[in-house]
This record gives sequence, structure tokens and C-alpha cells, in this order.
Amino acid sequence: MSEKTLDSRSPESGFLIVDKPPRVDTNAGRKRWKAPDFVVRLLSPLALLLLWELASQTGLLPSRVIAAPSQIGGTLWAMIESGELGTHLWVSLHRALLGLSIGVCIGVVAALVSGLSKKGEVILDSPMQMLRTIPSLALVPLFILWFGIGEFTKVALIVTGTTFPVYLNLYSGIRNIDPKLIEAANTLGLNRRQLIWHVILPGSLPSFFVGLRYSLGISWLALVFVEQINTTAGIGYLASDARDFMRTDVIVICLLIYSILGLVIDAIIRTLERYALAWRPTFARN
Amino acid sequence: MAATDVLHTTQNSALTALAAPVQLRNVVRQFGQQKVIDELNLDIAPGEFVALLGASGSGKTTLLRALAGLDAIDSGQLRVPLARAAVFQEPRLMPWKSAWKNVVLGLNISNPHARALDALAEVGLSHRVNAYPATLSGGEAQRVALARGLVREPKLLLLDEPFAALDALTRIRMHQLIIELWRKHTPAVLLVTHDVDEAILLADRVIVLEQGKIADEVRIDLPRQRSTAQTGFQAIRTRLLGLLGVDSAAAHDTAEAPVVQDNLRRFANVR
Repeated sequence: MSEKTLDSRSPESGFLIVDKPPRVDTNAGRKRWKAPDFVVRLLSPLALLLLWELASQTGLLPSRVIAAPSQIGGTLWAMIESGELGTHLWVSLHRALLGLSIGVCIGVVAALVSGLSKKGEVILDSPMQMLRTIPSLALVPLFILWFGIGEFTKVALIVTGTTFPVYLNLYSGIRNIDPKLIEAANTLGLNRRQLIWHVILPGSLPSFFVGLRYSLGISWLALVFVEQINTTAGIGYLASDARDFMRTDVIVICLLIYSILGLVIDAIIRTLERYALAWRPTFARN
Repeated sequence: MAATDVLHTTQNSALTALAAPVQLRNVVRQFGQQKVIDELNLDIAPGEFVALLGASGSGKTTLLRALAGLDAIDSGQLRVPLARAAVFQEPRLMPWKSAWKNVVLGLNISNPHARALDALAEVGLSHRVNAYPATLSGGEAQRVALARGLVREPKLLLLDEPFAALDALTRIRMHQLIIELWRKHTPAVLLVTHDVDEAILLADRVIVLEQGKIADEVRIDLPRQRSTAQTGFQAIRTRLLGLLGVDSAAAHDTAEAPVVQDNLRRFANVR
């Protein structure tokens, strides 16, 4: 199994010579056991966790800086068992999904109106382009004055944050459909309704998903923020309450929840894409 | 048999000139001051296969787009059948639709799936019925595009350099396929191409376009199956290349073109 490469001083200098004996499959017949990939991947995080635990136990990491993993685990279990975590999680999820779905709906409708009609573009596009430059969190003071500090303000902030990514991406997706495909549709005798249904909408779907991903990220960000202003329930409330009592374990649990929810929703979008965009080269070739 | 077919068609076209599916009279298309198509007159007979040659910028594609209804003309009269289909250099399939859905896209028929299957079988793609365009090879995609055009039973089939992006072997197969399909469906065909050999191999008549005008046309009476090795092929090729301004070694042969044509006819009859 050796590879022989003649050195440059040999008479044949100037050539790279590779001379390999034929491969003999030594593993033929029996399969060597190999640890599954994910187990190997888990090794280094586990080692980190162990180090963290050790540092906490020896007092190197005081619990007012960050709680020990074991303590976090215990608190998490207690919170799940008492149903406290479930209640708060449900409230947060409800807010985020409500805001997100309203925002996405507005974005889609606006993008369709301005993407599919010239008049719609004239009327809608420039105000949308102006509004999108305002960071939605900067609207907090104004929204509080208008709508008070209740639930409405929180959802409204998530709505304003999630509308624009969907609008911008879907609008440009519609406008950037390959004109050659539109031409082909015209030579095939498609009418306007068929053109929109068979060509423009499916063609802009990938852009819509890009916008949806952005919107999801923003809805999460907005959620963390609005739940810290004035709330009596929700993961954000849990975190700010824990801050007042210096419960670093609860804060870490809240961070954990946020990241797990983000991952779950991302996985859902991925699945949707796999189904709705099955024709894309990356999916179709598999 | 093939030769008589061609002869028959040409006589037919003389008799039924009025019924010519494509009629252009003094057609002008201009961009600014430049006339891309300049007072063009052209008739294509039913079932006739016409190839359009010309250097870049001679107005070939503009003419084809006008016939496909993709561009307007500025003046003149243009008559084309509404039952027309176009196949372009790129297959222009909807990437989000499977092959068979692409074939029947926009058709209002009772059993689209069966029709699509028939059309795909005709181009030899029965095994790729449910494939997405991204998974098709260049030749396969172009065959789907061809099936999509022919399933509409066009009276006029417009081909805009449909084989230019294919590899040489695939192109040869596509040439045979297009002739088969043309015989079966008998549409009039207008093929825009850069490839002189392709034009001679496929067409009944080759038109050379120059600055928006018909510089010359050559009727190809070679019997089918044609091949570049056929007697008379090279003579036509030399003549067409001369018309296109390519100085081939035998450019002076063009002067003897009428003689060459006589020979051709004789050979065609012998076969």
C-alpha cells in the first residue's frame, strides 16, 4: 500500500511517477464497528460541559456568574414538572406565531399587489421601501404611546418586523422571473391568470422562503425584546424575573428555550422547502 | 420516396400559394433608424421545411420572434397560423413542473396526462415522464421542449437554433428526430440556424438573410436520408458559405451553381 515517488535526483527527474499496487479489500466480509457520527460529534460538547461542571463545583465559577449544569438541569426538571415552563412557553409561542403569521400575510399580499400590477407598484412600493428602513424596535416608544403596554403592542412590533423581509424578497422574486420563461409561456398561449399561477408564483416561491426565514429570525429577536418591557408571562418575562433574583440557572434555561425553538422552526421551514421546492437542482438531483 | 415527397410539396405550394400558412409582404421592423427587417417578402408552404441562414445581426431572430408573436412589426402585412409553436436554443422549460406537466402546460384538454405520455414517447422520453427539468440532460430537455411544441399540433413550428447548445452526437440524433417528427406531424417549419450543414441536411429550402433582406434562396433537392457525404452536398455548402461571405477555397464554384444544381437533380432522381 505504498506510493512510490521518485525523487528529483533520479535519472527520470521531471516526471511524477505513481506506482501503486492494486487495492486489496482487507475488510471484505466483516464490517468493523464504527461509532455513529453523531456520537463522535457529541464528544467535545460533553467534555466542555464536564469542565464547566468541575469549575462550578470547585468554586472557580461562582453561581452568580453562571449556575452549574447540574443545577440548571435540576431547575429545568422542576419547572417542567410544575408546568411553569409550559405555560410561559405557550404564551411566547402564541405571541411569536400570531405576529409572524399576520406579518407574513401582510407582506405576501403587498408583494403580490405591487409585484403583479404596475398600478400596485406605483402605489405600494415606494411607501414600503421607505418604511422598511425604520428598525422596528425603534418604534417601541411610539407604539407604547399609541397602544399602551398591553399585548397589542407586543404583537404589533413583531408584525412590523416580519412584514418587510417577506415583502421585499417575494416582490423581487416576482420581478426577477426569467423573462425567457414568460416568453415561453406566451408562445404556449397561457392567459394572464395561468401565467401567474403556473409561472410567476412557483418561480417566486424560493424568494418567498428566503424572506420567511429572515422573518422568523426577526420574530424571535423581537419576541426577546418585547417580552422584557412589561409582561407577566412568557419566556422573556421569566428571564427578566430571574435577573431580579439573580437566578442564573433560569436565565440559562430561557436562552436554551429560545435556541431550541429557533432550531425547531428552522427544521419546519426546511421540511416545507424540501416539499415545495422539490424541483430545485439541489433537491431534484437526489 | 423522400425525393418525391419534396417534389410533391413544392408543386403543391405553387398550386395553393394562397393557402400558404406563412405570408409576409413588405414587412419592416426597425430599431431607431436601423431597419432590422427591410421590406421582406416570404411565403412558406404547408409542410415546407425552411431554414434561415444569416450572419449575426442579419435579422434572423427578429424575424422568427415576429412570426412567434413575441415582437410586433412596424409596417407591412404578416400572416401566420395561430396554431404555432416555438422551440428556442434553451429549452425554456418551467423548472418547477415535471416533464409531462411542461408538455401540456396551457393546454385545455380532457386527458392531459395521456396526451403528454404520447408526446414524450414520440421523442423517446417515456422513461423521464416525471423528471424535473433540472435532472434532464441538455438533449433530453430539448426533446421535452420539442414534445411541448408538437403536442399542440402546430401548423407552423419555429425553431430558433434549437440544436446549437447540444454536443455533436446529440445533435445528429436530434436532426434525425426532427425529420421524423416533421414527417409525422407535417407542420411548416422555419429553422433559424448558424450551421450551414444543418440547414442543408434538414431543409427543403434555405434562405440567406442579409441586412434584413433575402439575399438568396437555395432549394435543396437532395434525397433524404441526407448526409454530408452525399453527392452535391459540398457544392451547395460552398455556395451558401459564399453567400454568407465566407471565403472557402472553392468560392469560385458559386458561379457554376446552376450547373451544380442540374447535377444534383440528376443524382436525386437516380436514387
